[in-house]
Amino acid sequence: MAWFKKTREVKTEKRVKIPEGLWVKCDNCKEIIYKKEIEKNLQVCPKCNYHFRISAAERINFIADEDSFMETAAELSTTDPLNFEDTMPYSERLKENKKRTGISEAAIYGDATINERPVVLAIMDFSFMGGSMGSAVGEKITCAAERALEDKTPLIIVSSSGGARMQEGMFSLMQMAKASSAIAKLKEAGILYIAVLADPTFGGVTASFAMLGDIIIAEPKSLIGFAGPRVIEQTIKQQLPENFQRAEFLLDHGMIDIVVERKELKNTVYKLIQHFMPLSQES
Amino acid sequence: MSYYLDFEKPLEELETKIEELRKLSDGTEIDIASEIKRLEKKAKDLRSEIFSSLTPWQKTLIARHPERPYTLDYIGIIAEDFIELHGDRRFADDPAIVGGVGKINGIPMVIIGHQKGRGTKERIYRNFGQPNPEGYRKALRLMKLAERFKMPVVTFIDTPGAYPGIGAEERGQGEAIATSLMEMSRLKTPIISIVIGEGGSGGALALSVADRLYMLEHSVYSVISPEGCAAILWRKNGELGTEDFSRAADSLKLTAEDLKSFKIIDDIIPEPLGGANREPETTAKKIVEYIFKALEPLQSKSASKLIEERYKKIRKIGSLTQTTQ
Ligand SMILES: [Zn+2]
Repeated sequence: MAWFKKTREVKTEKRVKIPEGLWVKCDNCKEIIYKKEIEKNLQVCPKCNYHFRISAAERINFIADEDSFMETAAELSTTDPLNFEDTMPYSERLKENKKRTGISEAAIYGDATINERPVVLAIMDFSFMGGSMGSAVGEKITCAAERALEDKTPLIIVSSSGGARMQEGMFSLMQMAKASSAIAKLKEAGILYIAVLADPTFGGVTASFAMLGDIIIAEPKSLIGFAGPRVIEQTIKQQLPENFQRAEFLLDHGMIDIVVERKELKNTVYKLIQHFMPLSQES
Repeated sequence: MSYYLDFEKPLEELETKIEELRKLSDGTEIDIASEIKRLEKKAKDLRSEIFSSLTPWQKTLIARHPERPYTLDYIGIIAEDFIELHGDRRFADDPAIVGGVGKINGIPMVIIGHQKGRGTKERIYRNFGQPNPEGYRKALRLMKLAERFKMPVVTFIDTPGAYPGIGAEERGQGEAIATSLMEMSRLKTPIISIVIGEGGSGGALALSVADRLYMLEHSVYSVISPEGCAAILWRKNGELGTEDFSRAADSLKLTAEDLKSFKIIDDIIPEPLGGANREPETTAKKIVEYIFKALEPLQSKSASKLIEERYKKIRKIGSLTQTTQ
């Protein structure tokens, strides 16, 4: 009886929220929260600390100094090498995503500063075709690594992706090798690469640059893995353990360095840079 | 007693008939002998007809043919004094990836490949050729060994993909593949990779960051399986069948021919008529030919030149344009 009463209460609460768009339901705790409150809290649920997925543009403001980000190769885009067509032609799908998100691909990169330290910053955007990696994303990540190498500047990549982009076939798969090869050069040169994993990070992104950070940071509760949970469940025909593939699960298994809250991310990254690549006294 | 794929069924009839006639005759009856000859010619023509117009989906089925030679079959034919080496020195030995040292044409090499099993028991033992992280870590350990002792590395690619399991995730499947990609790109010794069967996504790529990447004529290499692709695109319409898989295989451009035209692979190794399973020895000989064709120019290069050229080769893959919004 008590349980029944409770659900009814929630229902009335729902009915009370009048103005459309002012309230959002948290994906994690299902609470209805005032949108402004979440915005003020860096898109983190004040009730359960769930870190909402955010656009690349929003992310810049949380990690880089104000107005410091200078995007490079903003117009870089992919062609449709396979002439791929699913429910709509791939070229149409790209157009539709560009229009909806206002960005030309699922990642952006450029120069920025973090507490005035110059960095090369690349950020993936899950809202553009699930953050999937095709030729353009692979190229941007590779260019970002090459730029960091050239400038001897730390590289920060924030990933959020479902994996390789099916619509570009093998071109997509090979981007994993391309990006990883570029990261390899950074490692040889002793340039710090910090990988930040945001919800969700899967497939070909996990199995390439995302897991190659000198330091790997994840946002709380982010889902991170190679194979998607549904694929695993279908394969092993077993229920998955609680918390499986959450950031905290990866931390427990020794796969990442730290779980850092969004509000602490910028400062944590800054401190790491200062430790690993201190500026010399003279400069 | 061969295994015939569906589209080979007309062949099966013919060849069973030839077999029966052979049993009937003791070789003296001229009538039967000439009939056998006639049917053999017919079978050969039929086979070249079928194999000259294979669809990408049919190629996928040939690539997964249960009688197609696997890594250890080729090693058995081409490598002298091969010694298999086991384990990643971290957790386990993964039977889905095999590796070791042996001589090919008198030259010691490290040979590594995905390994599928034949028969239910061995297939399960080999996890259907789907590696766990340990497999990739073992492979990398052996590659590092090759680097230190200045031996070329040959890898055979043949996997449906890396294993999607709880343990694999717990032990860092993503990290294992990523590290393999990164380390292979800087390995200071020549690497030659050959897709012999199924090139299944990241699990295949993890062994194929190479100076030369070849595919057997009827092998396939894809970012996702045709079944997986079809499931994502058309599952909503109900049960999926051969037609959907065919459509997906067409779209994915996963054949050796497609990938050569994209310059993603370097060359295609021809197979005997009817596929590698018909004549493993002939196929193996061809493979050796290509290994040495690749090796000759690579071996004279300095280590730094070798890895710089490998970088450039991988670096330029992509299909890009500048758009104005
Ligand atoms: Zn919440």
